[in-house]
Amino acid sequence: MIALKVNDKSYQVDASPDMPLLWVLRDLLGLTGTKFGCGVAQCGACTVHLNGEAIRSCVTKVSRAQGQNIVTIEGLSLNNDHPLQKAWVEFDVPQCGYCQSGQLMSAAVLLRENPNPTNQDIDDAMSGNICRCGTYPRIRQAIHKAAEMQKEGGKS
Amino acid sequence: MSDQQTAISRRNFLKAGALLSGGLLISFTIPQANRLLIQDATTAFAPNAFLRIGADNSITVILSHVEMGQGIWTTLPMILAEELDADWDNIKVMHSGVDKDYNHTVYGIQITGGSSSTWSEFDRYRKAGATARVMLTQAAAKRTGVAIENCTTKNGYVIAGGKKLSYGELATEASTLPVPQNVTLRPPAQWKLIGKGVKRLDASVKTNGQAKFGMDIQFPGMLTAVVAHAPVFGGKVKSFDASGAKAVPGVKEVVEIPTGIAVIADHFWAANQGRKALKIIWDDGAGANLSTKTQVDAYQKLAHTDGLKAAQKGNVDQGLAKAAKLLKAEYVFPYLAHAPMEPLNCTVKISNDKCEIWTGTQLPGIDLAAAARILGMKPEQITMNVVFLGGGFGRRATITSDFVSEAVHIAKASGKFVKMVWTREDDMKGGYYRPMFVHRINTGLDASGMPIAWRHNIVGQSIMAGTPFESKDGVDSTSVEGIADSPYFETVPDHFVGLHTAKEVVPVLWFRSVGHTHTAYVMETMVDELAHTAGQDPVAYRRKLLQKSPRHLAALNLVAQKAEWDKKLPEGRYKGIAVHEAFGSYVAQVAEISIDNGKPRVHKVTCAIDCGLAVNPDGVKAQMESGIIFGLTMALYGELTIEKGQLQQSNFYDYRIARMNESPEIDVYIVDSNEKMGGAGECAVPPTAPAIANAIFAATGKRIYNLPIMNTPLKHIS
Repeated sequence: MIALKVNDKSYQVDASPDMPLLWVLRDLLGLTGTKFGCGVAQCGACTVHLNGEAIRSCVTKVSRAQGQNIVTIEGLSLNNDHPLQKAWVEFDVPQCGYCQSGQLMSAAVLLRENPNPTNQDIDDAMSGNICRCGTYPRIRQAIHKAAEMQKEGGKS
Repeated sequence: MSDQQTAISRRNFLKAGALLSGGLLISFTIPQANRLLIQDATTAFAPNAFLRIGADNSITVILSHVEMGQGIWTTLPMILAEELDADWDNIKVMHSGVDKDYNHTVYGIQITGGSSSTWSEFDRYRKAGATARVMLTQAAAKRTGVAIENCTTKNGYVIAGGKKLSYGELATEASTLPVPQNVTLRPPAQWKLIGKGVKRLDASVKTNGQAKFGMDIQFPGMLTAVVAHAPVFGGKVKSFDASGAKAVPGVKEVVEIPTGIAVIADHFWAANQGRKALKIIWDDGAGANLSTKTQVDAYQKLAHTDGLKAAQKGNVDQGLAKAAKLLKAEYVFPYLAHAPMEPLNCTVKISNDKCEIWTGTQLPGIDLAAAARILGMKPEQITMNVVFLGGGFGRRATITSDFVSEAVHIAKASGKFVKMVWTREDDMKGGYYRPMFVHRINTGLDASGMPIAWRHNIVGQSIMAGTPFESKDGVDSTSVEGIADSPYFETVPDHFVGLHTAKEVVPVLWFRSVGHTHTAYVMETMVDELAHTAGQDPVAYRRKLLQKSPRHLAALNLVAQKAEWDKKLPEGRYKGIAVHEAFGSYVAQVAEISIDNGKPRVHKVTCAIDCGLAVNPDGVKAQMESGIIFGLTMALYGELTIEKGQLQQSNFYDYRIARMNESPEIDVYIVDSNEKMGGAGECAVPPTAPAIANAIFAATGKRIYNLPIMNTPLKHIS
């Protein structure tokens, strides 16, 4: 059994240590908000936070996450009220929506580390996340907007 | 189902006959799929197939078209709510099941495609909303004794005299009234939603992980299957040894199906590990002889001869003989994969005499029928649950029902409840590509530089061949659309467009904007080349040729104005233009680029569209942004190649998709237009690649005839 802490809840999972965290989250814990897009860390759809860092869960063995602090899209906020989630809705960012969990989880780390991201900062932080619908212009707008909201809200 | 509800259903069925004979498009049955849902205690009023009103004031709009990113989850409810005068905050949305009531109003089958959902449903959803509003108003008049002409509606309420009655409290009464035959629709001046816009209704669930895609289906007893497919197109299993796979912990079963060997396990990871342990000997078949190079050679040879006539006027040989200047060009376009972010998948549960399917599909009725054939069931024994599609772009609309059939075969052969999951590699290598095409053009200009003769031959596989949409004359219109009907030929007296249809083992399919993906590129780069040859400005030259095409001109003129075409760009920046009609909408784009280290960088795209009435203007803008980035990916990177019958690409590292750092600034302008409505989902794709290529010519003096652009090293003119 492997002990996991996901979104502040503790779980014991019966998984082989080399099983990727993505499939543990989705198929064993039923947390399907984290998506499978490529399986080789190329598209970012599977992005989650491991001790606050954005990682690609499709290539992260569950053994590496044992006992660590994992946050998925389901745990990004309590009431869908993270500034990024609010900005995503305000700018109608999602189209098909499949990549957006990963986009948000990457953007959340960017915004925490850099409360005032420039366009270049956004390029650097977000270019690992593919969106086939091409929502990039709106993601960019929404990140800028969320940065403003974060400042106004006094949140760190 | 209670007696009362049964009575409601029956009454509605009876009404259907009267209405259909009255010639209304609207259909007033309670379809099979919804009959189940009417048991939901909150549904008090189900006046037609598209709307249910609950006693709790909930307004549920049922979609005959599926949401795959294009925004129809919001646009169809807007259209209905406008006429219903509903409170937008109470709107709920669901995909329909399979029923003839949800057949496309023009195409006659249940399909989401061809950029047609908004224009084809505009009347039907307006009437559905208006009819319900009239019935609710009648119910209020009856209850209050206020004359109906003194009753009005506002935001989910009927105002009758001094009384304000909510739709929810009137719903049950309204359901007992006869359905009116003719309803008056609101004039555009009174529209509060149409043309104004609202926020997407699916944005929230798509930002917190709650949106359910096919990949997310889970229920007790469900297992996951992956399939080992033949590495060569058209290959078959000769023999296999499953012992290694069965030894993988979690693997439950290995079964042979017509398309390969399926490994079924407790979860995806075990199934995939099991697949790696399979030993399969394949019979490659004739496909093993196929390679991209020999295919291109053969197509190029064919393109030197005239194909089957797709369009003709005058005598092209005589026209070319009269020309003051001759130009020729040959273009090559590779196979392309749709690569939606959600790899293909389908879940099937067969129990007793029923089958339930969950998937994201653009063709639910066709897929249901395929499942019925495989299982030997009647269609009514099968339920199709269409969930959100994680991208479609045409790939989730196969007439062969390829991925649904495969999942049904696995469930049937194994007797298990299975979710079949394709990996990215399965998705990339699984066929159904935009076909490879070669175009060859010989054109002649008169002394003033205008085209007077044009011979154009196209070679490629037919998408429609073998489907019910196959043309009788052998000319697949999707191979020649955008050329055979090109507005530029209005002023070219002698022209010929011919088509050679190649046959290959590689399955091909419509891909966002279909034939226009290559035809717009050819026409718009060629016309640009002609303008340059004539020593004329590309916009001025197009204006001369498009005099009889006012909608092309409207888009062209608007984009030229907004992009300040006549103004010189800063040092190192170059621009190119293109205009093209697809799916009834006219789109013009200006691309602004620079050349960095021999590669183009697209900084900005300005876009103008005439789609007639833009029901949801921000939705149209979102689709323009989406199409431009899709077109940019296709232009710069899109290429699949085949060696010895095997696809050479497998994932996003060798089939690149444009990323955030390559995403240009995009400005979209909508032409104020009362012309016929067109689509928005696809029409932005075609002009992007030629606009970029024309900008590259401005920068480098080099014309690019083979896509993708990244295969050609570039240098500045200076």
